Amino acid sequence: MSDLISDRKIDHSKLQVSDEVAIQITNMNKWYGSFHVLRDINLTVNRGERIVIAGPSGSGKSTMIRCINRLEEHQQGQIIVDGTELTSDLKNIDKIRSEVGMCFQHFNLFPHLTVLENLTLAPIWVRKTPKKEAIETAMHFLEKVKIPDQANKFPGQLSGGQQQRVAIARSLCMKPRIMLFDEPTSALDPEMIKEVLDTMIELAEEGMTMLCVTHEMGFARQVANRVIFMADGQIVEQNEPEEFFNNPKSERTQQFLSQILGH
Amino acid sequence: MSDTSFVRTEMLPQKAPPSTSVGIIGWARANLFSSPVNVVLTLASLYFVGYVLTSLLPWVFLSVWNADSLTECREIMNETWGSTHGHACWGVVNDRWLQLLYGFYPSELYWRVNLTLVVTLAALAPVLFAEKTPRQMLWLTGAYPFLMPWLLWGGSIWNPVVAALGFVTGYVVYRAVSEIAGSLLAVVATVVAALFWWFVLAAPAAALLSDIVPLTIETVESRKFGGFMLALLLGVVAIGVSLPIGILLALGRQSDLLVVKAMCVGFIEFVRGVPLITLLFVASLLLNVFMPPGTNFDIILRVMIMMTLFSAAYMAEVIRGGLASLPKGQYEGADSLGLNYWQAQRLIIMPQALKISIPGIVSTFISVFKDTTLVSIIGLFDVIGLSTAIRADTSWNGIYWELFAFIAVLFFVVCFSMSRYSMYLERKLQTGHKR
Repeated sequence: MSDLISDRKIDHSKLQVSDEVAIQITNMNKWYGSFHVLRDINLTVNRGERIVIAGPSGSGKSTMIRCINRLEEHQQGQIIVDGTELTSDLKNIDKIRSEVGMCFQHFNLFPHLTVLENLTLAPIWVRKTPKKEAIETAMHFLEKVKIPDQANKFPGQLSGGQQQRVAIARSLCMKPRIMLFDEPTSALDPEMIKEVLDTMIELAEEGMTMLCVTHEMGFARQVANRVIFMADGQIVEQNEPEEFFNNPKSERTQQFLSQILGH
Repeated sequence: MSDTSFVRTEMLPQKAPPSTSVGIIGWARANLFSSPVNVVLTLASLYFVGYVLTSLLPWVFLSVWNADSLTECREIMNETWGSTHGHACWGVVNDRWLQLLYGFYPSELYWRVNLTLVVTLAALAPVLFAEKTPRQMLWLTGAYPFLMPWLLWGGSIWNPVVAALGFVTGYVVYRAVSEIAGSLLAVVATVVAALFWWFVLAAPAAALLSDIVPLTIETVESRKFGGFMLALLLGVVAIGVSLPIGILLALGRQSDLLVVKAMCVGFIEFVRGVPLITLLFVASLLLNVFMPPGTNFDIILRVMIMMTLFSAAYMAEVIRGGLASLPKGQYEGADSLGLNYWQAQRLIIMPQALKISIPGIVSTFISVFKDTTLVSIIGLFDVIGLSTAIRADTSWNGIYWELFAFIAVLFFVVCFSMSRYSMYLERKLQTGHKR
């Protein structure tokens, strides 16, 4: 069984889940043309929860979390984020997007701006933060992800792991209450995966609500409080990590786990 | 004993490369004489370059500068070299260069054209070299669209001031209306207010102001414009205005709004499907048919509009290429941070798309600038038109090479500068490692 790639000690006493609901998805359906990608998704995420979403490729896990900040549009059902329902109302969408941070597999940093400009752009233009304050916040988060010395470089001059940490810091500068991770370590070398996972663990310890699509099963086992297994656009099984890995109930889950953990 | 196991006990120090692979000798070996075929090609090329230069240089430099007619030129050539073959007669350029540059612009007002050129360069500087010029110079850039026509055409200072006030009116109305109503209504009100100002209030206001404070410089009519100055004027306007229009057309073509998209596609495809000459004839002849009788719609203005629209269509397609090459992740990155459409376009998408399109954009600029010579066909006296007019004079009848060489040099200097600037800009905007 692959273990957590990070050797960082996790302070489990800090991982608290509150009763307050952060995200509520009810009977959500989505189609690409006539292809039914997401089928009757029901999911409630409480504040402080760390949810790992696993499943074979094409199972709709990325599509599902991308629906939460409207990078993808759902056609049926209801998504409520922080008490605001996602509709085609642009004001609601922009509000939710500025409250929900997102990290992508390919970082999606802005290559024509320096690291610092990447971080201060959204606070200055969306939040109307004064420039000086935005820079202070940006430096604070760069220190947190341990690369304050790279502030004036361009993303193209950094390693993959550093870029992903910049991307996380960029999201954090908007002071989000929820973070979505879409395969944040899939494009990285093993040694860089560690530094990104360390950053994510630190976030979890601070009580951030996290939804994470990942293949890092060690991370799921030790950091997540719930693992969701998706296949064919549906939630097939969800459980606490211990139970999910040691005692999977459905045949699909067993098959999936034996494939990814079997060697 | 097996050879598969090896342990290095001593690390190797750095050595200098062999002398045959560095310096001029190394370069020549690698690039000029790397194989027998390359040796032959190098020698053949050297012979060709030498042959061209030995014919061209005497023509350019063993030439006649002081002559008032082609006949006089030929007499001097016969006296000096015993033949008229292989020697240029620059006397025509010496005689007519002012006309070739300024057209029929009154010679006592040449200073206004020169001043306009200086102002143009000063207004371009903060745009082209943003970090090397003080930001205050942008004020000049903002005033330039009003200042330039006034300097060239003359008239009352109040005309450009009143025209500029139309934008101020629009802005004030926008601020006032957007406080109490939605942004769409504010935009509509802005356009209506500005148009009302320009078409109804502007003329009486300008007349009133010039009655109170008469500040007028001599008016120069459009038909006196010509020469290289006309090419520069048309080029600057068409280039400067077509870039923003092109950006809007490129964005419109990608729009989700069906009507906007259809209009942009229709415009681009129509303009690209029609020769520029046709559009220029429409500007010079046909438009008068559709105008109410008695309206005076300046011919240069008409040509400017046509050239601008023409290059905007090409510009739109060049920029669309840049937009298409941006990864989808850039849009998603901007969206996920909560930037709205225009913020994302302005801060994330356009800076990158335009950077990618620089070679194509500058190519379009250069071809637009050279296309300004087509106005000679509709009877404007640009450099080409003037060269024909000069040949119609009996003293210069039959002189071709020297005039066209002079025109070629004028255009080459401007076009080559644009090309070099675009390379400088590409290097400046290069971020990150090329892997």
